[in-house]
Amino acid sequence: MSLMKHINILDYTLLSLLRRKFRNSGIVLVFSFVICITGSVLLLTYAFKREAVLVLGNVPELIVQKMSAGRHELIPVSFSEKIREIPGVSSVEPRYWGYYFDSFTKANYTVVTPGGRLSEGNKLLQGRLPAADERGVAAIGGGIARTRFLGIDDDLALFSPDGRLRNFRVIGIFQAPSELLTFDLIVISERDLKELFSLPSGVATDLVVGVRNETEAPVVARKIRERIPDSRPILRKEIIRTYDALFSWRSGLILTLFAGALAAFVILAWDKATGLSADERREIGILKALGWETSDILEMKFWEGVAISLTSFFLGIIAAYAHIFFFDAALFAPALKGWSVVYPRFHLIPFIDPYQIATLLSLTVIPYIAATIIPSWKAAVTDPDEVVRG
Amino acid sequence: MLLHPGIIGLVIGSGLTLLLLFSAAGLGIQILGKWDITSNSELQLGLERKTYLVSTLVQYALLFQVISAFLFIYTADDMHNLLVGAMCATGSLNANPYGFPALCAQIATLFLAAAWISLNRIDNQAEDYPLTRKKYGLLFLILPAVSAGYVLQLKYFSSIDPDIITSCCGVLFSEGGPGLGSSLSSLPIRRMEAAFGLLYLLVLVSGLPAARSGSRPFTLLLSASSALFFFGAIASVISFISLYFYQLPSHHCPFDILQAGYYYVGYPLYAALFSGCFFGVMTGAVEPFRKIPSLAAVIPAAQRKWALAATVAITLFVILSMVPIVFTPFTLEGY
Repeated sequence: MSLMKHINILDYTLLSLLRRKFRNSGIVLVFSFVICITGSVLLLTYAFKREAVLVLGNVPELIVQKMSAGRHELIPVSFSEKIREIPGVSSVEPRYWGYYFDSFTKANYTVVTPGGRLSEGNKLLQGRLPAADERGVAAIGGGIARTRFLGIDDDLALFSPDGRLRNFRVIGIFQAPSELLTFDLIVISERDLKELFSLPSGVATDLVVGVRNETEAPVVARKIRERIPDSRPILRKEIIRTYDALFSWRSGLILTLFAGALAAFVILAWDKATGLSADERREIGILKALGWETSDILEMKFWEGVAISLTSFFLGIIAAYAHIFFFDAALFAPALKGWSVVYPRFHLIPFIDPYQIATLLSLTVIPYIAATIIPSWKAAVTDPDEVVRG
Repeated sequence: MLLHPGIIGLVIGSGLTLLLLFSAAGLGIQILGKWDITSNSELQLGLERKTYLVSTLVQYALLFQVISAFLFIYTADDMHNLLVGAMCATGSLNANPYGFPALCAQIATLFLAAAWISLNRIDNQAEDYPLTRKKYGLLFLILPAVSAGYVLQLKYFSSIDPDIITSCCGVLFSEGGPGLGSSLSSLPIRRMEAAFGLLYLLVLVSGLPAARSGSRPFTLLLSASSALFFFGAIASVISFISLYFYQLPSHHCPFDILQAGYYYVGYPLYAALFSGCFFGVMTGAVEPFRKIPSLAAVIPAAQRKWALAATVAITLFVILSMVPIVFTPFTLEGY
């Protein structure tokens, strides 16, 4: 029986909300907007975090760089011997790579040598990668191909530091799905790369250390630092952790900046709930005269809050979802992505979990409900005879 | 560390809970001081109206507290990415001395606020509101728990240092280490299983008669047995129930079962345990109020309902924890 009573009160509440469509839709509209913005920040952050984890999954477990005067410097290949002696290290490979600023397209390219990890994504490649000792050929990313109008067998001209022009025949172009990783990539053989950048012999950009047991990587990193004090070992986990902290921090910062808007909305909700119209006061008076108890009116107000916040919540979160995953976060991406906005297009993988929902509820619905408690009570204890008499 | 979206949500959410409870307590002082049910004065009428506000405030506070407790666990779980050596909520909570006390305060608040609401419901069914003073007294017990929870939570989040190495659940709940977690994990499994079964039997033996008759020795026994069952069940989760969910003889973590990889089974499991033990304890806790004439009819009815709820919820907990034991090929025969 008592369940029927609650259903009846809910039914009455919904009808009464519908009667005041205009007024209530104002609140719902503003509330959905607030939830949409907050939700967008959260969804975008978590999508980036996941993206970072997926992308960084291919990064080597341990990279060793050489530091000089606090800056990253080329590392002598001879260091590999010292590192290889450390128990638990399975391999040490020198890596050669660099950035090339192209003054025609005003863009930075990343130049790398063909290694094991690149060929794993071979199916994303149209054509083929250069062999380890093949001279004068290159595989390039889709971005470079498009901006420099290059196809297979065309020539890619790059300047070396002494001003000489070097030509590479394009033998492979990376396909669109891998764009986040390969957009600005040029793959040439090791000797070509050394000549292009005029690298001195016996040095590499950094060393990739393979560790047999990944849980031992921090220990190996510590030992490397002990043996080579001017080295900087970087763990993959450390990079992932840094990205995680960075994205959390950025979205927290945006949310804090946004707190003013949230406060304004809460004040609006408080104000709307306090300023009962004469009509509403009369309605409550009549209900009480008809035998409704104070607790019934409070329950009606509770359902009113639930109806408004749930409607706004779903509208808001659907809008946020569309904004982030269909429109690629047009409003926030520049702030959250960081400086690297050179990658023009990529779709985020949709991801939503109960944690984001709970966070969003805490940030938006709880303040709204809290702001309407006292006004609802004030309305509920109205004396019927006082109101009906006017 | 405070600029994490989950932490901002928690600080706002539990901050509002605290605010609601403080205003409820403020009204409580007024009501306690001037309450006189026999009076017809305008003051008394005003106070009676304010009791509605107080109960509404506490009810919303409880609702927010449920969301906050969930968010707290989830945030701790999410933060393990930031901490070296942490693999789940255990590691994050263990990152500094405030983590576990903050969690305990959250759970205590949950129980106390729920107890307040149950008392309030009973009280409202009597004509003369006989429990008013006791109710508002209880409010002052809730307040320190919530405040402590809030302060501990703030201290916990502000002193988290993403660089330090914390113990993951594999260390804290591994057998043979020091500390409470390890002692719980290394409890002999066979004896623990027997104790768990015995405690459940005790709940059944006291709960079923209490649900039928609501008579005195059974309600008190149910109260005691569900309190015992609560601690016994937590110990059992760490000692052997979790092993069956993970199907690993060495993984004792009580938080990992909340993760998606285990189908979030921890949520229904803990919800059944918490609500069952809460109703069980309440059944006996209201026993002294039976003497009050206006509650003589109300309380036994409530007790029967609660005893039934407690028995059903605890049975649900037992069934849920038995599912992997019965239906997965994993066994602990060798241990």
